[in-house]
Amino acid sequence: MDTFPVIRTALPERPQPADAEAKTSGPPAEPRIAVRELDLWYGSTQALKSVTVDVPDRSVTAIIGPSGCGKSTLLRCFNRMNDTIAGVRVKGEVWVSGQDIYAGSTDVVELRRRVGMVFQRPNPFPKSIFENVVYGLRLLGVRDRSELESRVEHALRRAALWEEARDRLGHSALQLSGGQQQRLCIARALAVEPEVLLMDEPASALDPSATARIEELVLALKASYTIVVVTHNMQQAARVSDRTAFMLNGKLIERGETREMFTRPKEKLTEDYITGRFG
Amino acid sequence: MSPGQPSLPQGLSLLRRARGDTALALCWVSAAIVIVPLALIVWHLLARGLPAFDATFFTHMPKPVGEPGGGMANAIVGTLIVVGIGALIAVPVGVGAGVWLAEYGKGQFAAIVRYTADVLAGVPSIVVGVAAYGLVVVPMQRFSAIAGGVALAILMLPTIVRATEEVVLLVPRSYREAALALGAPRWRAIQEVVIPAAAAGIVTAVVLAIARAAGETAPLLFTALNNRFWSTALDQPMASLPVFIYDYARAPYEDWNRQAWTGALTLLIVVTLLSGILRLTIRRAPGGR
Repeated sequence: MDTFPVIRTALPERPQPADAEAKTSGPPAEPRIAVRELDLWYGSTQALKSVTVDVPDRSVTAIIGPSGCGKSTLLRCFNRMNDTIAGVRVKGEVWVSGQDIYAGSTDVVELRRRVGMVFQRPNPFPKSIFENVVYGLRLLGVRDRSELESRVEHALRRAALWEEARDRLGHSALQLSGGQQQRLCIARALAVEPEVLLMDEPASALDPSATARIEELVLALKASYTIVVVTHNMQQAARVSDRTAFMLNGKLIERGETREMFTRPKEKLTEDYITGRFG
Repeated sequence: MSPGQPSLPQGLSLLRRARGDTALALCWVSAAIVIVPLALIVWHLLARGLPAFDATFFTHMPKPVGEPGGGMANAIVGTLIVVGIGALIAVPVGVGAGVWLAEYGKGQFAAIVRYTADVLAGVPSIVVGVAAYGLVVVPMQRFSAIAGGVALAILMLPTIVRATEEVVLLVPRSYREAALALGAPRWRAIQEVVIPAAAAGIVTAVVLAIARAAGETAPLLFTALNNRFWSTALDQPMASLPVFIYDYARAPYEDWNRQAWTGALTLLIVVTLLSGILRLTIRRAPGGR
């Protein structure tokens, strides 16, 4: 934590986090992500229906729900990845760090630098391990070799991959195992020091031991990042998250403290889903 | 009926196995037939072409009619130059168009481009030669290496365009998403992630197009023509292996006929070497497996 702000300021074009002091002193004034009455359509199909939810800073929020409930769609609104799909229409507001990201003035490229993402299937580039991690930094124009090297080490350490990868940074990332590839993708996202880390079912393509490592990692990272995890695995949501949001058919049914929700759900639908009566 | 029941499935399975074996054998024979033409060509070229395949052939100029010996040095260099000009034009345009079609190619204009490329691929090469004659030779008032290069470029273009589009479309969506999610503008994601990931396929397409074009004779007859003398001037007629083979194979001199075989063998070797080198460079490239 102590070296963290130093590295942040060393990044070019990176605005000094003005709210850094406010965060450490006073109580968390506002959520890192705030969604207000968000509707989303794929063509004529409505995938999100008036979703309102908050994601508090430096915590893990899980979004759960059956397949097709819109949880991934909601996640992909936070960095506007849905923009890449033709025929998507959005109504409502999504605020990230106090900025309305669907406002016309938003720079999507800059937003995605602040909001990192890890996908369902590990998707390292067919490049070396080193080049994978520095890709985002190169986009920012970091050229200095020693700086790149120190950031690669830093990011790989954070993603708990350094010990396994340190001797083969020049090797193709595709030689890594699936679990290692996913941690590499996490390192790649962390290298640009995002504020938020979105994870779309990050362990669903991995075996149990690799899954456990990813979950440990999520718990370790929440000290420094705001993490949103989409998962269809309720045990996973219960293990890693502080707060949970339950979605069904594009609607947000219930949200709250994870412990609370898994023991005393307020809604009947939530209870049915959690106890395995459907989905 | 009941005592016969066990024998019925058995009979069926025998029949099925026989049919399966027959189908498999047919497939195997078909596969073997694919090898036959190339094997015959290589065998023939080696048998007929090797006798005159020596240093003289590569280093010496053609001798005048009646004088024995000589080589095709000018034609070998000429082929490299004319094909080089063609590739220089067709590769950037073709790869650019293919990437555009794959990444942005929606709507009517893209449909027109695709259709044009497909039709162009079906145009006989001699017609392409006539077109290049009208486009380049007539305005320049002379046959030239450039005209030959343009003709070959037109022939290479459709293969490169459509194959590039195919392989770029094959690049997993997840690569694009990974780059975009890291804050890459779309053009940088295409340039730095998508194209490198498709590079091996693009190179294969380019090699295929070049190899085909290198063996073309008809389009060169109207454009680069031929040249019995040493010339590297791009605005002058230029010798090429296919045209030389064509001339020498028709000639009534045994010596020339022999050299035509050697020329054909050389052409095959040049094309094979070229594709081998290109494939090696791409395998060495970072990210290649």
